[in-house]
Amino acid sequence: MSDPLVVKGRAWLFGEDNLNTDLMMPQTVFAKPLEEQVRAVFATYRPGWVDEVRAGDILVGGRNFGTGSSRPASLLLKRLGIAAVIAETLNGLFYRNSVNYALPALECAHIRDLVAEGDVLRVEITTGLVENLTRNDRRTGTKMPEFLQAIVRSGGIMERLRAEGYF
Amino acid sequence: MGMTMAEKILSRHSGGGRVQPGDIVVCDVDKIVQIDLTFAATAPMPKRIADPHKVVVILDHAVPAPTIADAEGQSIARQFVKQFGLEKFYDVGRGGICHQVILENGIALPGQILTCTDSHTCASGAFNCVARGMGPLEMLQIMCTGKTWYQVAPTVRFELRGRKPATVFGKDVFLHLAAVAGSVEGHNIEFGGSGVAELTLDDRATLATMGAELSADFATFPADQRVVEYLHTVTDETFQTVESDPDAIYSASYDIDLSALRPYVARPDFIPHNTLPVAELADDVPINQAFVGSCANGKLEDFRIAAQMVRGRKVAPGVRFIVTPASQRVLKEAVHRGYVETLLEAGAVVTNSTCGACYGGHMGIVGPGEVCITSSTRNFKGRMGSPSARIYMASSATVAASAVAGRICDPTTYFEDKL
Repeated sequence: MSDPLVVKGRAWLFGEDNLNTDLMMPQTVFAKPLEEQVRAVFATYRPGWVDEVRAGDILVGGRNFGTGSSRPASLLLKRLGIAAVIAETLNGLFYRNSVNYALPALECAHIRDLVAEGDVLRVEITTGLVENLTRNDRRTGTKMPEFLQAIVRSGGIMERLRAEGYF
Repeated sequence: MGMTMAEKILSRHSGGGRVQPGDIVVCDVDKIVQIDLTFAATAPMPKRIADPHKVVVILDHAVPAPTIADAEGQSIARQFVKQFGLEKFYDVGRGGICHQVILENGIALPGQILTCTDSHTCASGAFNCVARGMGPLEMLQIMCTGKTWYQVAPTVRFELRGRKPATVFGKDVFLHLAAVAGSVEGHNIEFGGSGVAELTLDDRATLATMGAELSADFATFPADQRVVEYLHTVTDETFQTVESDPDAIYSASYDIDLSALRPYVARPDFIPHNTLPVAELADDVPINQAFVGSCANGKLEDFRIAAQMVRGRKVAPGVRFIVTPASQRVLKEAVHRGYVETLLEAGAVVTNSTCGACYGGHMGIVGPGEVCITSSTRNFKGRMGSPSARIYMASSATVAASAVAGRICDPTTYFEDKL
């Protein structure tokens, strides 16, 4: 099986700084089924985007991507088919949720300068390397620590807890 | 090389070795606080948990339940409390907003680690506790295993000195910090300096709570005599306070003269680098709703000041003034002291304690194109209801004065009338 921490896919650019989790998971869908929650991702910020996403796509963000509340926006992005998030900087709570829901995530300074929407990227979460295959260019971000890589590789927290008999 | 408060607390909980930014440490968690939103018919419930004595359940966001789904989740929460024999359970009408209940009851103690799924969990840093929000799934893991990981972040220090003017509150201090430092994502905040002693515990709690709006991991205060004495009145549990070393390393340090501050306001949508003294707000901003409440500013001090602003006056025509206590205890005391009667006489709506309007859940949702001024925690687009509503943020004094004026105004003149 291929390594979930090495991802190749088409890029979506959400380059504005401080995009928050309210935009990805509005409180109006808290009590709705997961499929409906996934439909609400960035629904007011970029209407119709969820219909254009294909499984394996990569989301590129700006600074402090995912600021805001603890609502599990990472889970919705993953269910939508996003294979990795790369941002100039990631909000700490969003990063924790990403690790815990097994959504590969990487901080990479100046990533916005490297990527135009639709470019094909290859990302190694394990080393921090981001290659733009369309433009034949590359940047190196901050690799995910091994301890956290192991959580993502195991499929996230829930898989671990199940394996340990908590559920 | 010395350590910051947060580094020392993480060290103490992970074997005692030196920790520094970049390290990943696995820590025993002292207090695990679960809120109503994490209980739902669809949410998995564990078969066993590490230590029921460490788990606290507080129903706060959607109370009393505004929907059937919320009512069902809260019913599951009650079953969970019973099943595991949890001793600390704050049901509807018995507690209030989790961060206030935590501080009132000495659940967060100096030197400890606390986790909760609400993003304003850094509030407990007011009592020298390392606390941050976690995702709902991670909270389940912590309940099961009693542990979690932290990647140690570099720390930004706010060195406070002087005494703030009577018209300036914790929220104004915070909005000033947001103008000076902006967002500090990927960092901890540490407060220190001689000015800390001049801040009430409520003001410290406001500042620690609002650390989340600068995207800080932890926001930690030292525990001075006032904190220790208060905690001894509400808990028998022992604790060990933590101070930062004189040679601790900070990624940045800001010197803040409290005496030079004025009432502040945040413009809509985001707080960092988006605040200014309210007297310098050039636009005339008529409002539809004014809201005093939340874990940050639904405290007794907020009721006192809001009542002082509106005493003998009326809320402006066309304006709704909603006041929500941070806890049942705050509400009882506000009733006892007459603040609630004063607010009601002025035409305000006083609700039960809930996260309610702050997160756009219920009891104060704003409609399309409306303008709200709030002393709550967050002003993202769409946060309190319609995405086309505009949410300004200020202290409870500025909010209450604006409710009377019908537009955003500097509360200073209201104080001159009343002092």
